[in-house]
Amino acid sequence: MLRTTFYLILASFLLVSCETRSDVEIANEENILIVGNSNEPKGLDPHLVSGVLESNIIRALFEGLCVEDPAKDSSSLPGVAMRWESSEDFTQWTFFLNPKAKWSDGVPVTAHDFVFSYRRLLSPDPNWPAKYTEMLYFLENGEAYHRNRVGEILCKNKPDFPLAWDLLKGANFNGDKKLKLESFAEQEFTKMEEKDLAKFKAYLSEGGALDFKKLTADPVDPSQLSDAEKRVFFNSIGLDKLEKEHLIFLKKQPEMIEWTEAVPPEVRQEVLDLLIAHHEAGKPNLWDQARVGVTAADDFTLKLKLRGPVPFLTEITKHYTWYPVPRHVILAHGEINTAFSSPWTRPGNIVSNGPFQLKTWRTNHLIEVEKNPHYWDRETVSLSGIRYLPIKNSYTETRMFGDDQLHITYTVPSELIPMAREKYPGQLRQENYVGVRFLRVNTRSTPFDHPQVRRAFALAIDQKAICEKILQGGQKPASGIVPPFGDYQPPELIHFDPARAKTLLAESGYESTSSFPDIELLTTNSDSGLREAEALQAMWQEHLGIKVRITQREWTTYLQKQAEKDYDLCVGGWIGDYLDPTTFLEMWVNDGGNNNTGWSSEEFEALLSKAENTADVPTRMEILSQAERRLLDDTPVLPIYWYTTNYLIRPEVKNWTPLLLNNHPFKFVKIEKP
Amino acid sequence: MLRIILSRLFQTVIVVFLLVTFTFFAVRAIPGNPFAAEKATSPEEQAALEAYYGLDKPLPIQYLNYWKNISKGDFGDSLAMKGRKVSTLISEAFPVSLKLGLLSLLLGMIIGMPLGIIAALFHNRWQDYSAMVIAMAGICIVAFVLGPIFQLSIAKPLSLLNVAGWQRSSDILLPSITLCFGVAAYLARLTRGGMLDVLSQDYIRTARAKGVPTLQIISRHALRPALMPAVTFLGPAFAAIITGSFVVETIFLVPGMGQHFVLGITSKDYNLVLGLVLFYGILMGIANLLSDIALIFMDPKLRNS
Repeated sequence: MLRTTFYLILASFLLVSCETRSDVEIANEENILIVGNSNEPKGLDPHLVSGVLESNIIRALFEGLCVEDPAKDSSSLPGVAMRWESSEDFTQWTFFLNPKAKWSDGVPVTAHDFVFSYRRLLSPDPNWPAKYTEMLYFLENGEAYHRNRVGEILCKNKPDFPLAWDLLKGANFNGDKKLKLESFAEQEFTKMEEKDLAKFKAYLSEGGALDFKKLTADPVDPSQLSDAEKRVFFNSIGLDKLEKEHLIFLKKQPEMIEWTEAVPPEVRQEVLDLLIAHHEAGKPNLWDQARVGVTAADDFTLKLKLRGPVPFLTEITKHYTWYPVPRHVILAHGEINTAFSSPWTRPGNIVSNGPFQLKTWRTNHLIEVEKNPHYWDRETVSLSGIRYLPIKNSYTETRMFGDDQLHITYTVPSELIPMAREKYPGQLRQENYVGVRFLRVNTRSTPFDHPQVRRAFALAIDQKAICEKILQGGQKPASGIVPPFGDYQPPELIHFDPARAKTLLAESGYESTSSFPDIELLTTNSDSGLREAEALQAMWQEHLGIKVRITQREWTTYLQKQAEKDYDLCVGGWIGDYLDPTTFLEMWVNDGGNNNTGWSSEEFEALLSKAENTADVPTRMEILSQAERRLLDDTPVLPIYWYTTNYLIRPEVKNWTPLLLNNHPFKFVKIEKP
Repeated sequence: MLRIILSRLFQTVIVVFLLVTFTFFAVRAIPGNPFAAEKATSPEEQAALEAYYGLDKPLPIQYLNYWKNISKGDFGDSLAMKGRKVSTLISEAFPVSLKLGLLSLLLGMIIGMPLGIIAALFHNRWQDYSAMVIAMAGICIVAFVLGPIFQLSIAKPLSLLNVAGWQRSSDILLPSITLCFGVAAYLARLTRGGMLDVLSQDYIRTARAKGVPTLQIISRHALRPALMPAVTFLGPAFAAIITGSFVVETIFLVPGMGQHFVLGITSKDYNLVLGLVLFYGILMGIANLLSDIALIFMDPKLRNS
């Protein structure tokens, strides 16, 4: 009876769906690509997302000025722009837009849409939660507008201002980060570094004690403060962020904030007047004064002015932060900077300019895009649609591929790679990918405040063993932070060398390894994270005789601990946004939000800004290589391996060739019926 | 009867209130930051986000605001999937979980109850032992083992079934079979226990002595009282199974509620977790009430008291 019931139920369901063809067979006939996409996207607003899986969908929906070449890295094909030209020093670019380019509702894509998009992403409002704004800092004045540097915007661009900005910019507009009042209030005085303390001491020597109660009162009344306190207070905040009352007070005693010698007294007064007038006008948005380097010369001519020479600008325009967003739709559903509460990306509302448009979006279930009938180059687009499946479980994903339910998987779990190689010959792809796995070191914690100790830990990592024994996905031992590509010559400083590691450790002044403090290795709660951490633990134990303690935390806690520098060593990774070494190097600057190591070097930053102003490609690459050398010499970060992509792809999918950024342009992808 | 229903409803309100209160403070006590992302969140941005979601206010105020919003029918916005309402997420996922849960419960009953009856009838014989071994296995073998076994041994050779997904109507089969095992196993054990209890009663012996056929004894006299423990269990089991299972959903790619529970906690999505707990609490109360009413109908003793 049991069995009969079971078969009855089974049969009834099969009758309902008497489909004997596999999902892929049906999709092949409909010309639809089925892609594993690992998770539910956090959103589809190109300005608000930051993940790879979101970008996979956004790249199908939207199109930037240029488009990826399906078969060649560092090569750009026309997108919304038909053609482009740049000045000889690569600082001024003109893009001529295709008049045929249209949004999926038929409205033409114009240069004004681009200006609107860049203005939107750079919105200075603190409620604007864009994650990738610094991608637009390449535009002249982009950073000043986004960070709302009022003084710079008002004084630099005012036609009759008496002093050039270059002479004025030494004044304290942005606040001195070394004068952290909060850390004083929380009695963290002792934790502050000597070089940060120097400033405080300098003010103290000018007379007067510091009463931190008065300094951190809300609101602070400057007339109650001593001169030393005033200096600390005004300088810690900076002209841009001071309240109107404080600025009015400063007019009487302008010397209480730092100016440079070059700024004469009457100019100081004029700066203060400008700032006060801005406050009195109700702090209006400064877009019109900011002169951000993007203008629409006419409907179809976009002019960009950059902060420095960027020979690789077309590479950057392929990143989704540079895509246009539909002005008419966004403004119909909210303000320019309405973030999450705007429903413009929901199905039915969203309008896009890429080869595809959104058809279905069901949470944790399916995202489907279909061919955009208004796309300018629709003849080239072969696919009639793409289905993105949010398959969180990568083992399920591999099984689905084996059951002909997917054309392309997002990944292959490392344990299944040998099986996949054998079972799906020619369908397993292992390709180089511009990404690096590394360990951040908290350079403020003992013993890692010694560079030798950091270096010893780096040299004691048997990178090859991790790649070959654990990952098995063709990953390469990382000799530096920037993976090898293009014209860049990496300095190749880190190699497995246990003997040298031991010597370095001996030089560091720690007499025996037993005198080492407790060391915490922070990682995520994934199985692969644990395997990797255990391998590292064993390597340091074997080669240095030091036992580290592994701490696993779930994702958000791990990120928070890392941001708060509550760790000694922390596993992490970085994936390049565009093909240039700066995408890997710029994160290590002093106040970089992703630095998190406590390390900084003025020399390193000077090299980066030198590279920023160099137009000649070989010289520029040489300078960047020096910068990486500088970083690796200090080793605040221990490279482990360079990423590869591992995925399965069915043979009928064509025009899907290896690309370093793994951003395959869907408009060229074809399904060739077998 | 009405009195019982009313007192049950009152109890449900109290339980849900306590449940939400406890969860409200518990989720906020978990370490981690709902706004942490791969790319760093600046202090200004963190402050702006907290203000936007009302997380900058003192806890008691947040707590009062939460109830205030609930009374207006607003479950709040999801913190992790920004721009999406908790109520939308639940209303998308619940029908899926309900469908899957009902089918698994039905399968569990169809398999579990007869298995328990057979075991009781053949008490201490091989039929009993094998039924209980199956039941024990059903309890012990977890879904993340069963699921892949079914995927590889049923779906792959059988080209009619997909390994995972939620596109075809047949996609519900494998996850519901995986889910039904646990229910079936518990039901088998409870039914067996209830049946054994009843079969040793005097009135059954009298019936036997009078020569009533075994099948008739079971169907007419023994079954109803014997199923009472199972029905008591079915109430909470129903509420639990229709709110989804993380493991089964991720293995079979089912867009149900279970993954919202787990991912809501790992991503510190306070509003989502609270919304789900509130929803689950109410469902649990209703399911218990239904199983109580069923028991009253089944047991004359309860009906008359």
